[in-house]
Amino acid sequence: MSDTAVIITSLQITELIDLVKRVHGFDFSGYTKASLKRRIVRIMQLKKLEFYDLKHVLVNDPHFFQDFLEEITVNVTEMFRDPSFYKALNEQVIPYLSTYQHAKIWCAGCSTGEEVYSMAILLREAGLSKKSFIYGTDINTEVLKEARKGIYSLRSIKSYAENYQYTGLKGSISDNFTILYDAASIHNELKQNTLFSVHNLVSDDVFNEFQLISCRNVFIYFETQLQERILDLFYKSLCPLGYLCLGSKETIRSDVFKKKFKVINQKENIYQKIGT
Amino acid sequence: MIERWRTTDILLLGGSAGSFKIMFEIVKLLPADLDKIVIIIIHRKKNFFSEIEKLFAENSRMLLREIKDKDILKKNTIYIAPANYHTLIETDGYFSLDVSEAVWYSKPSIDVTFESAAEIYKERCMAILLSGANQDGAEGLLKLKNNGAATIAQHPDDAEMNEMPSSAINLGAADYILHTEQIFELLLT
Repeated sequence: MSDTAVIITSLQITELIDLVKRVHGFDFSGYTKASLKRRIVRIMQLKKLEFYDLKHVLVNDPHFFQDFLEEITVNVTEMFRDPSFYKALNEQVIPYLSTYQHAKIWCAGCSTGEEVYSMAILLREAGLSKKSFIYGTDINTEVLKEARKGIYSLRSIKSYAENYQYTGLKGSISDNFTILYDAASIHNELKQNTLFSVHNLVSDDVFNEFQLISCRNVFIYFETQLQERILDLFYKSLCPLGYLCLGSKETIRSDVFKKKFKVINQKENIYQKIGT
Repeated sequence: MIERWRTTDILLLGGSAGSFKIMFEIVKLLPADLDKIVIIIIHRKKNFFSEIEKLFAENSRMLLREIKDKDILKKNTIYIAPANYHTLIETDGYFSLDVSEAVWYSKPSIDVTFESAAEIYKERCMAILLSGANQDGAEGLLKLKNNGAATIAQHPDDAEMNEMPSSAINLGAADYILHTEQIFELLLT
């Protein structure tokens, strides 16, 4: 990792955040600065741009912003990341979901869809395919296109085999894909009860009521104040006693929301909404 | 060198293959009232719910914890970077985690944390790069050095895998090249 050529100051980061907000309407001011800075340096290296040029293309090249958005947000994801989380979900949350006529699930910040399809596999194994629907949302239209396709490289699917095994689900992960040369395409039955659409957690509002919201490894990019705003959005989007799942190294920091969510699983960060 | 250790607020320890034993010894020898923040970045596989934290915690006299997102850096605590995340440090003195691409096939990457600490804490850091079989950590150590931190590489003859400290030395990133015993002695001063 050589960033010796690119040096960027905190003041420049602020300048860029302001510019993006004014020109494109996306507000990154609540994002954690260390990570944002790393991403911006990365874009400058990738596109071979000086800071001045970066500002220039952000204003003048309408296509560049999409690339920028894609690079600035982290889209690294896995199927069944943290297998122990899926195990806990299966044991502690799925039985509750099965008591509903129909359960709606929201994967917020779903990137290229791996988590949505992991959830779909889990629900199918629990016999809930016909009784559930998963909404995957992301700020980024390009990753959602990938998510809708549900086609991944065979190599990446193979790398999830170990995760899958640890979840304790039967069979193997490749049973859920049609494999053609080096591509693996998720089975249609798993796609049926999913919908992918654009939603910006920073600026968009409640769009449905859910029994389960999963937002894993998204809060790590947000400062605590922004986290609190989004916790409010999640709280309003959950049905009474609905579940919220955060990433395994994330936690509810806000004292207000610590009181509004009960801890169901401390280690896996699974919470349940209390009150109405 | 001893003076620099005394004035250090943050001790950074990076290691990979072959560094476990010496890391363990360091964890054991640090006194409870060290009055410094210690951050350990050690490469390891995801999923193997690692026994490292448990073993380290049981043998440490300092408070020891695996980093959670937005944890505030506190003195007299040893922090371990979690597997499958990069650990960054924010200007306001807290950690933020990141799941972005692996660096040198590693997540946590030593470079990422070292570079982040270099920018925020500058000459208040001391960093030690230990045994390892890849180049992660070398660039980060250089950035620390360039930002005024005291930088140490384990002597390649003592390292089970010498590529990591050797890479740092070749880059000119190490202020001091110390034998394992010298590292222990320094930390006990």
